Amino acid sequence: MKVAMSSAILEIRDLSCELCGCTILRHVNLTVAEGETVVLLGRSGCGKTTLLKAVNGLVPAGSGEIYFEGRAQSQWDVVKMRRRMGYVIQDAGLFPHWTVEANVGLVPRLENWDAARVAERVGTLLETVGLAPGEFRNRYPRQLSGGQRQRVGIARALGADPPLLLFDEPFASLDPITRFELQRQFLELRHTVRKTALFVTHDVREALMLASRIALLRGGTIELLATPAEFLAARTPEAQAFLAGLEENWRPK
Amino acid sequence: MNSRLAAEIWLLSLQHLRLVGLTILIAAAIALPGAVLLARRPVARRWALGFTNIAQTVPSLALFGFLLPFIGIGERTAILALSLYALLPILRNSLTGIVGVDAAVRESALAMGMTERQILWQVELPLAVPSIVAGLRIATVTTIGTATIAAFIGAGGLGVFLVRGISMMDKPALLAGALPAAAMALMADEGLEWIERKLSPG
Repeated sequence: MKVAMSSAILEIRDLSCELCGCTILRHVNLTVAEGETVVLLGRSGCGKTTLLKAVNGLVPAGSGEIYFEGRAQSQWDVVKMRRRMGYVIQDAGLFPHWTVEANVGLVPRLENWDAARVAERVGTLLETVGLAPGEFRNRYPRQLSGGQRQRVGIARALGADPPLLLFDEPFASLDPITRFELQRQFLELRHTVRKTALFVTHDVREALMLASRIALLRGGTIELLATPAEFLAARTPEAQAFLAGLEENWRPK
Repeated sequence: MNSRLAAEIWLLSLQHLRLVGLTILIAAAIALPGAVLLARRPVARRWALGFTNIAQTVPSLALFGFLLPFIGIGERTAILALSLYALLPILRNSLTGIVGVDAAVRESALAMGMTERQILWQVELPLAVPSIVAGLRIATVTTIGTATIAAFIGAGGLGVFLVRGISMMDKPALLAGALPAAAMALMADEGLEWIERKLSPG
């Protein structure tokens, strides 16, 4: 068994993926170190979501290998592995028949924590994402606003304190104000819980705001891997395309 | 109303209820596990639904006729035939309920580290309950009506009154069969609707 660098939570080596006879990812290499947020940026169909889903095994890796916590994915029990990776998607994907408490406590329950410890953990997590536990614990997802649902989704992903968080365009369907609030909350969270995250978005502003490093994907390959500051000065065609959209500040005449 | 007629209504109603009850039990015992098995198998699902669809289109009297040479007349034949009819609504509704669970919910369940079994029992089935009960409701109400035909093959039930009423142009006999059957259907409908509401998640 090959052992990856000790500080790397996630290491993707020469990953290629095919789905339905279509090549989605070609020879992707990416290392995510502890505590950093790597944003996968790209337009629709560039493979960023597939890359994210390959990490937690929702999409089978074709060739290449993914190392999580120094261990190859093929060596992991996939269910155990997923419980060590929080997962947040657009519209949260909360269980509609469960209360906020049951949703947030899911992974701790799956890991057989005792009830008192789960309840305490749920309270802590709700506070962490800015929801008053007393008020929200017993609500159902349909009794929440979009932003609140997404906060619950993040709390659920933090459930059993996983070393890696995966975000798939979590804020894409929120209104701009709520989105900005949640982005700020995300930055705060990074200070308080110091989590490692892989974050998919097509929004270059969001990428610049949240990323430690940006991986710019195009046609299934990483065209550019750069810090936000480097990204702003980048000259690759896709980076230029994204930056052009950023500079074009439209104002009424 | 004389007491003999009352006693007969009572007896045939109980017989009818027995026919319907056993039919739904058998149909549900096949359709519910069937739906769970077929939920993950799209190809088999199409075949199974096709088969139950065809079973549904055979006129019930004709189906009795087909089954007679094999298992004779009586309650068993009636229940077998009625179960075939009750299969479709239960199977179709249960499948709709299970397969219809929001893909995002299923995906996050899987991604959070739930096993397929946990997803089935903790997520898909609870969310499918309203649909499953709706299927049982439709099956029960239609079976209460269709079961009156069982009298033609000597299986008893309220259809006995109808056979007599039709052959002898006896209006009171027709009513003695039709009214209890209608009342039974209405009560089953209301009762199962209540259960459906009670079991609806959230």
